[in-house]
Amino acid sequence: MTSLMGNQSRGETIGYSFSEPTSANVKQHSFYPYTDNGGSTLGITGSDFAILAGDTRSTSGYNINSRMVPKVFRIGGDDETGEGAQVLLSVVGFAADGNALKEKLDTMVKMYKYKHGKPMSVSACAQRLSTILYEKRFFPYYVHAILAGLDEEGVGALYSYDPVGSYEREQCRAAGAASSLIMPFLDNQVNFKNQYIPGSGAGHALEAVKAEPLPKDTVKQLVRDAFTSAVERHIEVGDGLQMMIITKEGIEEVFIPLKQD
Amino acid sequence: MNHFPEAWGRPRNDVYGAYDHSYLQTTGPKAHTSSPAVTGTSVVGVKFNGGVAIATDNLASYGSLARFSDVKRLRTFGDKAIVGFGGDVSDMQYLDRLLASMDINENYSPRGNMLNAKNLHTYLAKVFYKRRSEFNPLWNHVLVAGFDGEGEPFLSSADLLGTTFSAPHLATGFGAHLAVPILRRKFPEGMPLEEISQEDAVQALKDCLKVLFYRDARSIDKYSIAVVTKDGIDLKEDEQIQGQSWAFAERIKGYGAQTV
Repeated sequence: MTSLMGNQSRGETIGYSFSEPTSANVKQHSFYPYTDNGGSTLGITGSDFAILAGDTRSTSGYNINSRMVPKVFRIGGDDETGEGAQVLLSVVGFAADGNALKEKLDTMVKMYKYKHGKPMSVSACAQRLSTILYEKRFFPYYVHAILAGLDEEGVGALYSYDPVGSYEREQCRAAGAASSLIMPFLDNQVNFKNQYIPGSGAGHALEAVKAEPLPKDTVKQLVRDAFTSAVERHIEVGDGLQMMIITKEGIEEVFIPLKQD
Repeated sequence: MNHFPEAWGRPRNDVYGAYDHSYLQTTGPKAHTSSPAVTGTSVVGVKFNGGVAIATDNLASYGSLARFSDVKRLRTFGDKAIVGFGGDVSDMQYLDRLLASMDINENYSPRGNMLNAKNLHTYLAKVFYKRRSEFNPLWNHVLVAGFDGEGEPFLSSADLLGTTFSAPHLATGFGAHLAVPILRRKFPEGMPLEEISQEDAVQALKDCLKVLFYRDARSIDKYSIAVVTKDGIDLKEDEQIQGQSWAFAERIKGYGAQTV
């Protein structure tokens, strides 16, 4: 109130040569707290495994920040080696939010283990991640997260999220810059969308090919194909492919080079 | 004559009006940085066999005015790490005080300051991220150089949003456009660190600073350069860009009033 009256009286009493400030108390923030660091992630599940993958490029605008910034993380494992982790998380979008989110979930999963003396189930972890995201509903973590692990039956489990915590269990999901390039490929190759059995009906009334869980080696090759194709058509995707495969034996991590152009 | 000493030397109310406290109010909305004021330009850094080299020029600009031409933008953290600051200079000085007090505190601990460059980078990134989350950013882009916990050369970046990344060579600001391509050509990313000598790294940084001085209007030909090795930090703060050649400038056509 004082400043409002002060601003009005300022120009009247003193003859300043500079112009008076307009719209006294309204000041706009010119600071935008987000940026897009590009990249893409992808998750596919099978009957006894789940794969989470992401490229390792970090961008800002047309610049490549680094060619080696992983987007897939072990959750609830040892800080240095990641040993003991039973959940995987991939984050793509604003990398600083992604890191904050990863660290928060990692802490939550560890606290659960210390408190209850047993590792957190993937479904519980999935619900917790949703809550963490929704807590910041009005200043969101600007990331698309994908969570992967094995469910109580040992079947591959994959959960995908929007930035404010809506989530869903799925067979496969692509996220990030090239998601619109990869997702239709996955619909066709994993869920067999638009695939019909030849000669199974008259005209266009053909019987659809039934989707069934794919073997691990097939899925690995699908992930590589999805990324090599995305690299060709999206400038924010490239440099390296990080793949994490979770089975009952544990987590296997592979790095495969991608084009650097 | 006004007989109240507190009013002496103040503008007279009957001439200038009562003092307007809205200029310096202690209540009301808190002002946050929405743009930087006095700024430093690029920081360039490169890893080599056995250490890291990092450099900045010594200029602090006020918009397009070259305001302070002797500002040291490389700051040491104990004898372990070095931080190169780009962006707002007052925020740099705040962070430098913060890091200096942390260094003093750490030195009171039984084994002295055990924090390495990697720890320092994690800390700085969290400070940046916290401040951006409060909509009160520290307007800097920094490079941290030194060694990690395994004793390997460490070079990493953190900016006002809390974004972090690491690479064998890094540059902030204009240097991201001009210096990084030079460094990537000299030391391709697949190149093992063992093949990059300290001399080559330092020479590469000097070349980068020269190109930046040629093309970055907010730069100056006086610079600081630091080399972090196992033996400690070798910081030189009063260097001059050598061997300038402006012959290329005559060939630049197409700007200004001239007809091509």
